[in-house]
Amino acid sequence: MDLNTLWFILIAVLFIGYFFLEGFDYGVGILLPFLGKNDEERRIVINTIGPFWDGNEVWLLTAGGAMFAAFPQMYATIFSGFYLALFLMLVTLILRGVAFEFRSKDKRPGWRSTWDWMIFLGSAVPGLLWGVALSNLARGVAIDANMHYVGTFWDLLSPYSLLSGVASLIAFTLHGALFLSLKTEGEMAERAHRTASRLWLPAVVVILVFVVASYGSTDIFQRLGVNPGIAPLGALAALLSIGYFIRERRHGWAFVASGANLALSVLTIFSGLYPRLVISNLNPEWNLTIYNASSSEYTLQVMSLVALIFVPIVLAYQSWSYWVFRKRVSRKDLEY
Amino acid sequence: MANLDLARLQFAITTIYHFFFVPLTLGLSILVALMQTQYYRTGDETYKRMTKFWGKLFLINFAMGVVTGIVQEFQFGMNWSEYSRFVGDIFGAPLAVEALMAFFIESTFLGVWLFGWDRLPKRAHLASIWLVAIASNLSALWILIANSFMQEPVGYALRNGRAEMTDFLALVSNPHVLVQYPHVFFSGITTAAFFVLGISAWHLLRKSSNIEVFRRSANWATVYAVIGVVMVIMVGHTQAQHMVQAQPMKMAAAEALWDSEDPASMSLFTVGDEPGRRDVFSIRIPGLLSFLAYNRFEGEVKGINDLQAEYEETYGPGDYVPPIALNYWSFRLMVGAGFLMLFLALYGLYTAIQKKTENAPRFLRLLPFAIFLPYLANITGWLLTELGRQPWIVFGLQRVEDAVSPNVSAETVLLSLVGFTLLYGVLMVADIYLLAKFARDDSSLSPEPDSAQPAPAASF
Repeated sequence: MDLNTLWFILIAVLFIGYFFLEGFDYGVGILLPFLGKNDEERRIVINTIGPFWDGNEVWLLTAGGAMFAAFPQMYATIFSGFYLALFLMLVTLILRGVAFEFRSKDKRPGWRSTWDWMIFLGSAVPGLLWGVALSNLARGVAIDANMHYVGTFWDLLSPYSLLSGVASLIAFTLHGALFLSLKTEGEMAERAHRTASRLWLPAVVVILVFVVASYGSTDIFQRLGVNPGIAPLGALAALLSIGYFIRERRHGWAFVASGANLALSVLTIFSGLYPRLVISNLNPEWNLTIYNASSSEYTLQVMSLVALIFVPIVLAYQSWSYWVFRKRVSRKDLEY
Repeated sequence: MANLDLARLQFAITTIYHFFFVPLTLGLSILVALMQTQYYRTGDETYKRMTKFWGKLFLINFAMGVVTGIVQEFQFGMNWSEYSRFVGDIFGAPLAVEALMAFFIESTFLGVWLFGWDRLPKRAHLASIWLVAIASNLSALWILIANSFMQEPVGYALRNGRAEMTDFLALVSNPHVLVQYPHVFFSGITTAAFFVLGISAWHLLRKSSNIEVFRRSANWATVYAVIGVVMVIMVGHTQAQHMVQAQPMKMAAAEALWDSEDPASMSLFTVGDEPGRRDVFSIRIPGLLSFLAYNRFEGEVKGINDLQAEYEETYGPGDYVPPIALNYWSFRLMVGAGFLMLFLALYGLYTAIQKKTENAPRFLRLLPFAIFLPYLANITGWLLTELGRQPWIVFGLQRVEDAVSPNVSAETVLLSLVGFTLLYGVLMVADIYLLAKFARDDSSLSPEPDSAQPAPAASF
C-alpha cells in the first residue's frame, strides 16, 4: 500500500469518526427543543453531550487539516467549490458552539430559548448539509481541467442530494435519540426511546430510497459489483437491526448498530470513490485522484509518522473521557 | 470591489476577530491552572474560588476562540484556493499537526475539567486543566510555524509549480517562529494579567464580598504582568532585529524610512506623503534605529526606495511597498501600548510590595481601562506582521493577487463577508455582555453555598 492510499484511508477514518461521534451530538441538538419539555430537562439533554461535543467537532477540524496536508488540491477544490454550503455550515456551527457556552449563563427564558434554537439550527443544518456534500462527491460535480469547480451553489442542491441530506439528517436524529435513551433516566429516557422507535421506520424508508436513487445517480454500486462486499451489506444489516434492538429495549446495542450504520455507509461511499477524491462530471480525465491531488512523497511520509503516533493517543484519551462520563445524566448533576 | 479585495477584507476581519480571543485563552489557561495547583497543594478554599471565578470567564472567552478558529482553517481553501494549492504541501502539515496534537487534547480535557470537578480524583482533575493550558499554547506554536512560512519561507523546493516541503525540521525551527512564538506566548500572559488585574481592581474598589479572592488575584496578576510585559518587550526587540535581516521592507515601512541610512534615525513622529514617498513633517532621534537593529549606534538600515529598487531587480517590475501609514502607526501603537503596560505593571509591583494596592484608588480606577491595552497591542502587532508582508502572501514566492480563488465570484465573497461581519458583531455584543456580567458577579464567591437556596444554574 502506498502512502497516498494510507492517507485516503486515514481521511476516511477521520470522517467515519466524525459522523459516528458528532452524529449523535447533532441528533441530540436536533431533538433538544422537542424532548426537553422545560428548562431543567433541556439542561439534562445538553449535559448528556456537554463533555463531548467539542472533542467530537475536532474530528472535523482534523479531517480538514489532514485533507489540506495530504491532498491540498482536494482541499482547495472542495472548499472553494462548495463555498456557500460551507459558509452556511460555518455560520451554524459557530452559533451552535457559542450557544452551548452561552445558554445557561443568563436566566431569562428568551435568552435561553434563543440559544436552544441555535443549538437546534447548528445541529440540523450541518446534519443536512453533510448528506448533500457526500452525495455530490459520490455523484461528481463540475470540475474543469484546472481542478476548479465551475458549477453554482444551486447545482449542488439536486433532488438526489437533498434526498441524501434528509437521509443523513434522519440518521443523525435517530443516532441522537438512541444516545439520549442511554444517557438519561426515567421519563426522559422513555421519551427518547419512543422517539427512536418512531424514527426508525422512516429512517429505513428514506435511506433505502436513497440507496436505490444512488444506483441511478452514481457509479458507486456499479463499481462495487453484484456482490457489493461487507460495508454496504453490513450497513443495511445494522440499519435493520436497530429496529429489533429498540423493540427489545436493548438501547446499547441499538446505539452501536446505528453507529455501525453511519460508519459503514461512509465507508461505502469512500470505497466507491477510491482512488478518486473528487469526480468531475464534465470529463473523467479531470477527476482529482489520490495521486494528482496529493502532497509530495516527503510530506506524506512526515505526516504518516505524526498520524501513526498521535491518532492512537487521541483515541485512547477520548475513549477514557467517555468512560469517565459513562453514567446517566440526572437532575442531581446539573452543575459542573 | 473585486473578489481579491473582498477576500482580503474578510481575512482581516475574521482573523483580527479570532485573535481578539486567542491571547486571553493562552495566558488565562495557565493562570487558572496555576491557581488550581495552589488549591491542590494547600487545600485553601480561596484558591478554589479563584479557579472557579476566573475559570468561568476563561470558558466564555474560550468558546469564542474555538468557533472563530474553524473559519480560519476553512477560509484558506474557500477564498485562497490558489494559495492552498501552491503551499498545501507545507502549510497544511502544521495545521493538521495542530489539530492532532493540540485541538484534540484541548477540547477533550476542557470537557473533562468542566464536568469532572466531583467525578475525578483531584490530581487527575488538576492534570486536565494543565493539559488544556499546554495544548492551547502548543496549538499557537503550530499555527505560528505555518504563519512563519509565509513570512520567511524555509525548508522547501519549487517543483511542479508548487512549493514542496523538503525539510520538516527546518520548517519547525524557522528562525522567524523562534522569535515570533515567544512574543505571542508572552503577549498572551500579558493579556491575561491585565484582564485579571483590571477586574480585580474593580472589585477591590467596590470592596466586594470575599475580597480576599481579588486581593490575591491582583497580586498574582501583577507578578504575571511584570513577567509578561518585560519578556514581550525583550523578545520584541530581538524580533525587530530579525525583521531588519529577514524582512527589511517591513521594518522600513514600520519606520517610514524612505532612504537607507547609516546610522539610521528612528522616527518619533512622522507625517508622510505616502505616494510621493517623502516626509511632510518628522521628528527623528538620530542613531536610535541602528541601535534597535544592531544594539549599537551605527549600521545601515535599508530604506523603502532602495529596497523597492532591489526587489524590482530580483522579482521583476512591480510595487513592493506595503501600506506605509498603516504599518507605521500600527508599530507605534503596539510599542506605545507595550511601554504603558510596562509602566503600569512596575508601578503595580511597587504598590503590591508596599502592600498599598488596595489603598491606591486612583491606580485601581485606572486598571479596568488598562484591560484594553494588550488588545490594542495584539491587534496592531498582527496588522504590522501581515500588512508589512504585502504584496506577498508568501514572502518572495507568491503574491496575494495570485493566491485568491479564481472561481469564487465577488458577490459570493461579499455575501459571506457581510454574513460573518453581522454574525461576529452580534456575538461580540453577547460575549461582552456575559463577560461583564460574570466579571462583576461575585455572588458565587460566598464561602459556602446555602443549601436552602435553589441549586445554581448549570452552565452547560
